[in-house]
Amino acid sequence: MALRPDLAIIAAAVPTGSRVLDVGCGDGELMAALRDQGVDARGLEIDPANVTAAIARGQSVVQGDANRDLADYPDDAFDYAILSQTLQTTERPDRVIDELLRIAPRAFVSFPNFAHWRVRLDLLWGGRMPVTRLLPIAWYETPNIHHVTVSDFRDLLRAKGIGVEAAWYLSGDKPTSDAAASWRAEHAIFLIERA
Amino acid sequence: MASLLHQIQHHSVTIAASLPLDSGQSLPSVAIAYQSYGALNADKSNAVLICHALTGDQYVASDHPATGKPGWWARMVGPGKPIDTDRFHVICANVLGSCMGSSGPATPDAATGVPLGMAFPVITIADMVRAQAMLLDHLGISRLHAVVGGSMGGMQALAWAANYPERLGSAVVIASAARHSAQNIAFHEVGRQAIMADPDWQDGQYYASARAPTKGLAVARMAAHITYLSEAGLTEKFGRRLQARDIKSFGFDADFQVESYLRHQGLAFTDRFDANAYLYITRAMDYFDLADPHDGRLAGAFTAAKDVRFTLVSFDTDWLYPTAESRRIVQALQSVGAAASFVELSAPFGHDSFLLDVPALDRIVAGALGGGF
Repeated sequence: MALRPDLAIIAAAVPTGSRVLDVGCGDGELMAALRDQGVDARGLEIDPANVTAAIARGQSVVQGDANRDLADYPDDAFDYAILSQTLQTTERPDRVIDELLRIAPRAFVSFPNFAHWRVRLDLLWGGRMPVTRLLPIAWYETPNIHHVTVSDFRDLLRAKGIGVEAAWYLSGDKPTSDAAASWRAEHAIFLIERA
Repeated sequence: MASLLHQIQHHSVTIAASLPLDSGQSLPSVAIAYQSYGALNADKSNAVLICHALTGDQYVASDHPATGKPGWWARMVGPGKPIDTDRFHVICANVLGSCMGSSGPATPDAATGVPLGMAFPVITIADMVRAQAMLLDHLGISRLHAVVGGSMGGMQALAWAANYPERLGSAVVIASAARHSAQNIAFHEVGRQAIMADPDWQDGQYYASARAPTKGLAVARMAAHITYLSEAGLTEKFGRRLQARDIKSFGFDADFQVESYLRHQGLAFTDRFDANAYLYITRAMDYFDLADPHDGRLAGAFTAAKDVRFTLVSFDTDWLYPTAESRRIVQALQSVGAAASFVELSAPFGHDSFLLDVPALDRIVAGALGGGF
C-alpha cells in the first residue's frame, strides 16, 4: 500500500542510516517504510492495539503518551524525531516541540492547517466549527484540542528561535507554494532544527 | 507424594564443573534437566531459550510426567505456533533449585547420599541463569536468538540481558519485574512460613520419612494462587456461590466454591512440587533486584545490552507484577538507547494472563522473534 502523501514526504527526507523516533507511530506504517530504506526507526504510540500491530510487524514500539513519556528518552537519542498529525492533539504543543528537539537535533512536524480556505469559509458562513476531510470529527469529540494554522506555527518557531530547514505544503495530495500555504495548504510538514 | 515426584526420570545432563553462586558458595557439579523441541540449524543460530516461572518446569510443550497435563505453554510453543518449532530450536531447562531433575534441595549429598535439604545453598536468579549458560556451553550454543519468559521467567530473561548481553539477540519479558517489591516478598514469606510451620517439614529433612509437609505446601500454594488471579476474575468465576450445597453449613467446611477451588489447587500442587524447592525458588525471587549492584540505578544493569532487542508485555489486571514495574524497565532501557518495545495488554486473568488465551500476546511474541503470526 502506498504511504500517505505526508508520510511519503517525510520518508523521502530521512537519510539512510539515521536513527529516528516516530512519535504517534500508529501501527508502524511509516516505520516500515523507513526500515526498508535502512533507517533505525523506533516508535511511541498511545493505542495498545496499534502498538501490538507494530510489534507483530517486528518493530520496536513503546506504548506511551507524547504528553508525558518523551521525558524518558535521553538528550540526542535520535537524529530525527517525527510528529505526524499529532501536534494538535497534545496538551501543550510548545512543550512537546521542546521535547522533540531535546531528543533529536531535528524534527519533522506535520499538522492539518486550520486556516485552509475551506475551513475559513465554513467558519465565516456557517458559524460552526468546521468538519473537513482532514478534520473529520465534531468539536465535542475531536482529539484535536489545539487547532493550529501555518502562520501560528511559524510564529511559535520564530518566538522560540527554532529554525526551519524545509517545509512542504499539501493541498489534497498536491504540493502548494510557501507563499500561498496559509490559505491553500490543507496540510503542512515542517522539518525544524534546534535553536 | 513427594517421594513419587523424585522417582520420575527426566532428560538431564550433569556438568562436572563448579558453579559459583552469588552467595559466595559454589556447587561442585550441577545437574540440569531440560527439554528441547525443533532442530538446531547448522550454524546454531536458531536457539530460543524459554525460562519457566516459579512453579513451572521444563515441560513447556510436552505432557507433564507427574500430572499427564499438556505442557504449560503448549499454546505458545510448537509447529506453526508463535514460538515456531519448525523455525526455532527451543530449549527449556528446569531451574536450579527446583524439583524436576535439576540440582536442588532434593539432590543427594555426594558424600553421604542423603538429600541435601536445607544444606543446599541459597540461590539467586543470576545463579539460575549461570547454570543455563553452562548448559548452553555444554550444548555448543554460543548465542541465543532469543530468551523468552513470563513472571520469574521474565526475571531470568532480564538477568540474561544484564549478565550475558553478547549471547542473545532478543529478550522477551512478560508480566515480570526487575525487582521483587515489598508486597511480593511479603506474600512469599507467608508461603514459606506455612511450609516451615508444618511439623512434617522436619527442618527440611522429610525425604526419607513417610511424612512430607503437604499441608504447609498446599497453604502456600493457596495464598500464592490468589495473587495470580484478578479480583474481577475470581468474582466472575465463583462469586459468592456455594459449593454443592444450597445453604450455609455454619461450620468450616468449604462452603464457598472459591474455597473448594483453592483447596483443590493447593492439594493438586503437592503432587507435582517439592516443598523445599518452593522455599529456595521463592527466596531467589525475593533477592532479585537488577539495580542493586548499580547503586539502585536500573539503567546500570543494561549498559552493555544496547544491542539486545527487548520486548516487554504487562497485563492490566496483573497486580502482582503491575504495569509500573514494566514501565520502569522500559525507562531504563530507553536511557541506555536499547531497542525496546512495550505494551500493556488488556486481559481478565490477572498475572496468569501470560499463560492463557490472549491472542494479542501470541502476535507480539511471534513478532518479537522475527516472524508473523
